[in-house]
Amino acid sequence: MFGILETGYGFWSPIIWIITIIVIGIILYIIWHLGEPAYKKGTEQTKPFLAGMPEPSKEAVTVRADNVYWGFKEALKHYYGPMIKTHSGIINDYISWFVVVLAIVFVIIGGLL
Amino acid sequence: MFENLVPHLPILIIAIPLFGAFASYLFSKVSDKARDVFAFIVLGVTEFLVLVLGKDIYTNGLRVYTLGATSAELTAPTGYIMPVRIILEVDALSIFMGIITVTVAFIVFIFSLKPMKEYSGTDKYYTLMFLLLVGMLGIEFTGDLFNLFVFLEIASIAGAALVAFFTHRDESAEAAFKYVVICSLGALLVLFAVALFYGQYDALNIAYLANVMKYSLLDKIAFCVLLCAFAMKAGSAPMHMWKPDAYGEAPGPVAAILVTASLVSMYALLRVCFTLYGRGLNTEVIGWIITVLGLLSIFIGVTMALIQNNFGRLIGYTAVAEVGFILLAAGVGFAGFSSTGFGFTALQAGLFHILNDALDLGLLFLVSGAVLHATGKRNLNELSGLARNMKYTCIFFIVGLCAVAGLPPMNGFASKLMIYESVYQFNPVFSIIAILASIFMLAVFVKVFYSVFLGPELKEFSSVKEVPASMLLAMGALAVLIIVIGLCPDIFVNNVINPAARALIDYGIYRGVV
Repeated sequence: MFGILETGYGFWSPIIWIITIIVIGIILYIIWHLGEPAYKKGTEQTKPFLAGMPEPSKEAVTVRADNVYWGFKEALKHYYGPMIKTHSGIINDYISWFVVVLAIVFVIIGGLL
Repeated sequence: MFENLVPHLPILIIAIPLFGAFASYLFSKVSDKARDVFAFIVLGVTEFLVLVLGKDIYTNGLRVYTLGATSAELTAPTGYIMPVRIILEVDALSIFMGIITVTVAFIVFIFSLKPMKEYSGTDKYYTLMFLLLVGMLGIEFTGDLFNLFVFLEIASIAGAALVAFFTHRDESAEAAFKYVVICSLGALLVLFAVALFYGQYDALNIAYLANVMKYSLLDKIAFCVLLCAFAMKAGSAPMHMWKPDAYGEAPGPVAAILVTASLVSMYALLRVCFTLYGRGLNTEVIGWIITVLGLLSIFIGVTMALIQNNFGRLIGYTAVAEVGFILLAAGVGFAGFSSTGFGFTALQAGLFHILNDALDLGLLFLVSGAVLHATGKRNLNELSGLARNMKYTCIFFIVGLCAVAGLPPMNGFASKLMIYESVYQFNPVFSIIAILASIFMLAVFVKVFYSVFLGPELKEFSSVKEVPASMLLAMGALAVLIIVIGLCPDIFVNNVINPAARALIDYGIYRGVV
């Protein structure tokens, strides 16, 4: 049938998925429409309250790419440390890794098959 | 209409871009516009011919072309018991790869029209692009191992020169040097394997070698060498480190076509495993080796991508992970080696993911090229708020993001779902790792989306404008293909992927021609 892909265990139909998303979207819109109507865009209501301090400029407080997953990187520093060291940028190291893999494959295929 | 032309299409599809490579340089001497029009016509004709050949192969089956013979299908000269001429052998898998290659090259060419004009050396750029295309098509269509080596060299040298396009940057020259060393090593090892075959069987034809192979120790050595060489060229971990270096320094459109070049190496790996060796070696052990390489690539690729701040390098690492997904599926497919069951589904999934990767990663590299063109920057720390002035580019990035992260209803989701389900039947843990890696992939591109397109508008980017229409058209074409394949995955899997997977499993048809 058009749009239905057999995936091994089950099936995948983008058409059914899109219809589901549209139905969920309509339900969410109805819930949103029933919400508080007193909200006014662009007024004091939308500004953050920082203990009475003036709001810093967005440019000054924006989180840069390097810091986006800071906590994650910090938690995994014992993994990332050696990994960064391994990616040395030196072509000799790149070739060494190739030789290591070739040797392992030689041993497995030469020894087992 | 094309009855007389069709038998000659395999060689014409290689010869026309080869002619274009050298003629485009001459047209550059007339004017840039003349060269652009000529290159457009050459690529348009090649695209048309590859589609005609595709229709023929999907309808009538495999097509052979013997160079220098009185008849295109005369594989062995009269009185000879083995093929001695150069033979092109194009089956459903070859043409599947050919269509991907030419389509991506065509789109990349359209994207390159405007941004490349700002640099010197554009005349050589087109020549090198055409040569890279010739190398890739040659690898896909050849039925001869020595010619595979020759085309591999053509693609490698052209690719390295393209990586070094920004000659004013030391890093580009260094990345190109690494690329050429890695490619030369891979190509020389392929030549070594070719020598082992020639020494034993006096032949270089893939089908003939497959028929007479004795699976001796030398054949096993040749297999190890070919497996590692093509895995390295495809960017499999832990031999992947050249890939982010090269992709990070290459211009966006070059990186987009280099992704396809890596996938062509994956094609060569599949051709060696399934067609040349088939069930002659222990498929389960070899399947496990390929699967482990795939898992390593997925894990290392995606975790290293998360900490990158260079747009190109980041996509380069995700390309490593995506190659890992293909290797994982191919490994399970080889271990299963059957025309039914999870092995066949995995193989289909792997081939489907090749198509999706070429489009998804290609689109993301074009977006990175568009951002570089508009801002002159690649460092994610220096970019912010571009969605305000580059709305269409931002939309195309979202399409690429969703596709590569495997979000429904994009094409990447369909192929990844097939991978998860088939790999689960082989080993549930591998499937779980693949699913977690996809979540990581989403995290990686959410970081890029936030850093480049969201956030406050920086003063230096207040005058940034949307990229020219030709660049938008190229990105739009890829985005449309991604969405169409995502919405009708069954049409592509049943009509294009399934015959390609069958061509690998039913290797007797390929071998029987010679």
